[in-house]
Amino acid sequence: MLKSLLALVILMNTLMNATAGQAAAQANVRIESSVSLKGSRVLEPQTASVVIHDYLQSWHSLSAALEQNRANLLDTDFVGTARDKMGDTVREQATLGLTTHYHDRSHDIQIVFYSPEGLSIELTDTVEYEVQVEDHGAVIGSQQMHARYVVVLTPTEARWKVRVFQTQS
Amino acid sequence: MRSAFSALAGSLLLAASCLFAQNGGVQVPQSIEAGSSFSLQSAGSGKAALYIVGPNQVLKREIELGQSTFFAPGSLYNAGHYLVLLKTDNSTEKSELNVTATSKPSEVSFLARPSRLPVDLHDGITGAVYVFDVYNNLITVPAPVTFELLNPSGTKQTQVVTTHNGSAFTAMDSTRQQGADKFTARVGDVDSTRIVGQVPGDPCGIKMSAKPAGRQILLETEPLRDCSGNTVPDGTIVTFTESYADAQATVDVPLKRGVAQVDMPAHNGALLSAASGVVLGNQIRWEKQ
Repeated sequence: MLKSLLALVILMNTLMNATAGQAAAQANVRIESSVSLKGSRVLEPQTASVVIHDYLQSWHSLSAALEQNRANLLDTDFVGTARDKMGDTVREQATLGLTTHYHDRSHDIQIVFYSPEGLSIELTDTVEYEVQVEDHGAVIGSQQMHARYVVVLTPTEARWKVRVFQTQS
Repeated sequence: MRSAFSALAGSLLLAASCLFAQNGGVQVPQSIEAGSSFSLQSAGSGKAALYIVGPNQVLKREIELGQSTFFAPGSLYNAGHYLVLLKTDNSTEKSELNVTATSKPSEVSFLARPSRLPVDLHDGITGAVYVFDVYNNLITVPAPVTFELLNPSGTKQTQVVTTHNGSAFTAMDSTRQQGADKFTARVGDVDSTRIVGQVPGDPCGIKMSAKPAGRQILLETEPLRDCSGNTVPDGTIVTFTESYADAQATVDVPLKRGVAQVDMPAHNGALLSAASGVVLGNQIRWEKQ
């Protein structure tokens, strides 16, 4: 079991080296060993790589939606609670005349749970990213941020979508 | 005016954490609980704009420096890591703020599979939960989840699993008795229930008899039961086969009231058999009566 999971990590690293460049611009992506993966279901390397690819893509959707204040840009990668909350953020920003620019610099990802029926995957991601805030077009400030996110993804027709997206203190 | 945030120290009236993080002149709590009220007291004079920014929520307040700014309960309710900016005419102070989920569960997202399965299957039923607070924040601090599988006869399986990163799962055996079981996940005083139908498994065996019926043979099974003694449901197909000389005749018959019966041609020396799924019954060689 341990051996296969380590093999999975190696394969995911290989796959993500290829996908990271496309999915997260210049963001560095590191996949941590999933030896402590919870759940009775075997996580196939292909599944893991697709999940991580789709998750990294979601940062692009998030960034575009909050930069342009267009909630519909979230639909590709977010669903459920995560979609609702970010959609509300876009509306709040538009009402207040704000825009925010999120630029992810690096990800340190570990898949921590694959539910037995295969309908959800949970991962943690220690992310370094930059946030810039504009108010009616004027830059208010920017900051390099460092946070550990807990993310739950569920499968939809064509891809895994983010259902829970929040930080863990 | 200079470093207006620096004067916020000691003036944050928080229901939650009172730890403060310093970042230059900015002082804000390291962490507050989602939905809790808090106040900011600033020093100096004049107007400023306060921004609290994260992917899950954004707040902006125009404030008067030197006065208390109160955030009512429920103002900042989405767990996350926030950037805090205080913009005055000639400076911007920056800090960061963690908003954590409340510790009280309000909703359990319960995934249970399958909705229907055969009796007596080891680890055949699985359940996974995610635990949320009243604001739909995932509660990531460990919490005990009680999983219960209750059979109509009153027998109960119970497992207690502690959540990790807000999730927990279990696997349970289906019971030996058919019926609709209640599968419940409970966290604190919040629970969620699913119904899991347990149906008889394959027949444990098939016992068939044959008797003459005019120029035909009447083949009939005894009532079919699974290996736990549950009656195999009507509609289950039993296949009767008659082989004679170089020929073979096959008839599929659904169970009615637990038995299957069929008339087949009476060929002297024919070999008669019955099967259902992977289960084979007895064989009868038909001799002229």
